[in-house]
Amino acid sequence: MNKDIAILGVGMHPWGKWGRNFVEYGVVAARAALADAGVNWRDVQFVSGAATMRNGYPGYVAGATFAQALGWQGAQVNTSYAACASGSQALAAARSKILSGECEVAMVIGADTTPKGFLAPQKGERPDDPDWVRFRIGITNPTYFALYARRRMALYGDTQDDFALVKVKNAEHGFDNPNARYRKKFTAQDVAASAMVADPLRLMDICATSDGAAALIVSSLDYARRIGKQNAPRVAAISTVTPTFATDTVEMPDLATDSAVAAEPLRFRAALPRKAYEEAGIGPEDVSLAEVYDLSTALELDWMEDLQFCARGDAAKLVRERVTRIGGRLPVNPSGGLACFGEAVPAQALAQVCELTWQLRGQSGSRQVQGAKVGITANQGLFGHGSSVIVKR
Amino acid sequence: MDTPIKTPVLEGWFTLDEREPHLLGARCSTCGTYYFPKQIKFCRHPDCAGEAFEEVQLSRKGRIWSYTNAAYKPPEPYISNDPFVPYSIAAVELERERMIVLGQVASGVGVEALRVGMEVELVLEALDDGKLSWKWKPLQGAAR
Repeated sequence: MNKDIAILGVGMHPWGKWGRNFVEYGVVAARAALADAGVNWRDVQFVSGAATMRNGYPGYVAGATFAQALGWQGAQVNTSYAACASGSQALAAARSKILSGECEVAMVIGADTTPKGFLAPQKGERPDDPDWVRFRIGITNPTYFALYARRRMALYGDTQDDFALVKVKNAEHGFDNPNARYRKKFTAQDVAASAMVADPLRLMDICATSDGAAALIVSSLDYARRIGKQNAPRVAAISTVTPTFATDTVEMPDLATDSAVAAEPLRFRAALPRKAYEEAGIGPEDVSLAEVYDLSTALELDWMEDLQFCARGDAAKLVRERVTRIGGRLPVNPSGGLACFGEAVPAQALAQVCELTWQLRGQSGSRQVQGAKVGITANQGLFGHGSSVIVKR
Repeated sequence: MDTPIKTPVLEGWFTLDEREPHLLGARCSTCGTYYFPKQIKFCRHPDCAGEAFEEVQLSRKGRIWSYTNAAYKPPEPYISNDPFVPYSIAAVELERERMIVLGQVASGVGVEALRVGMEVELVLEALDDGKLSWKWKPLQGAAR
């Protein structure tokens, strides 16, 4: 059985720090996706929302919130929360509905409004919550990114200049992207002059938090054919696997890894794309471009290795050789990535799919990756959530 | 005059022996897996049904897996003096437990004094709010 579904339309609300209600962003993205798909809102049979935890009850029931804002029309609804992978889980829910024959066309949508500064835990004295505990002893999100970055420096000889190259590349990629928040061609000197946040990472190595929204209209291949979109890009794989005990890397928000005395240590990030490749029946050699979660510049290098684009330790070399730039053999983050967007948690995994869709349709203008046929996404968030999605033509 | 008794930042997470403190973990009686923190009722090894645990003192020496610092004041619930004084942070590999444990590094030790692979030991030090926490400190004569 063919397990592909078609991506009929995609839409986004530009990323920024707009300070408005997240529902408003979501509706803008949803209407753009409907128009792009040529699908009437009343024909959408399933609304699959990605939740936001920072906007009260409407955010917890995001699927219904967006369905109401677009005008109740009797669709079935679902809401998913999986930190950075929320959008992918919402997409997986839509795919299941479509492949089981319970619906033909679905909307997948996520939007967020974020507070300023460090992401902080819920208030109160809550020693049972690992997220509260780590902040209590002074361990923030950049701490983890910096530990991984320093580890690369010690193991592979990566330098802060290598990390800066990732920022410079992504800044160039996102410069012309109308949906990006930061559109400036930063230089290596700019990165080096920015404030140290968590040694060896500076402010410009670390992604911000943003407001934004992204939406997809997806359908069965049969429906796509009936409306003349048989050539639409397809979702060929959605991996949302959990880590496998014992985790080898200390991950947010934990203060310790699993103990590996009774099981071998395994890397979670590498498991995500492995499952996606297996599901799509392709390998890293088939990939034309990738959108990866560059929470930090150095993390993009980890992802390149986890996606099996090169051997462990060789990612910085690929960046130095301009392989991951647009025009190179394997562009990474042609959208500009989180470096240019900042993270809007429930929308981010869907924004990655939007970019792959535009790229595979050849509609990316100045950031077009020539001949793009297969794209892969990768992201990872709190509490063992992560995802990898493959889109192909 | 009596020294005021210092209270730990997290109750039951470490011993209060200021000379040779230990983190308090748990060990599954069935498969031997260690846990930190120790609040565990059901073993998380996917093939182990263990529900009995013994409290154990984790190794108080290990090697730095990686390190960084906090150059900016973290948000609440972290409490810090004004002006904020940056501190270093280390992820430390414990050989016997085969696990990595995070913690601040003893005050006054900057990142320039740390190296991956360096031997460290556990010490207790007060955080800015006076509560005791565990911290990692390079061993005397540890290889730079």
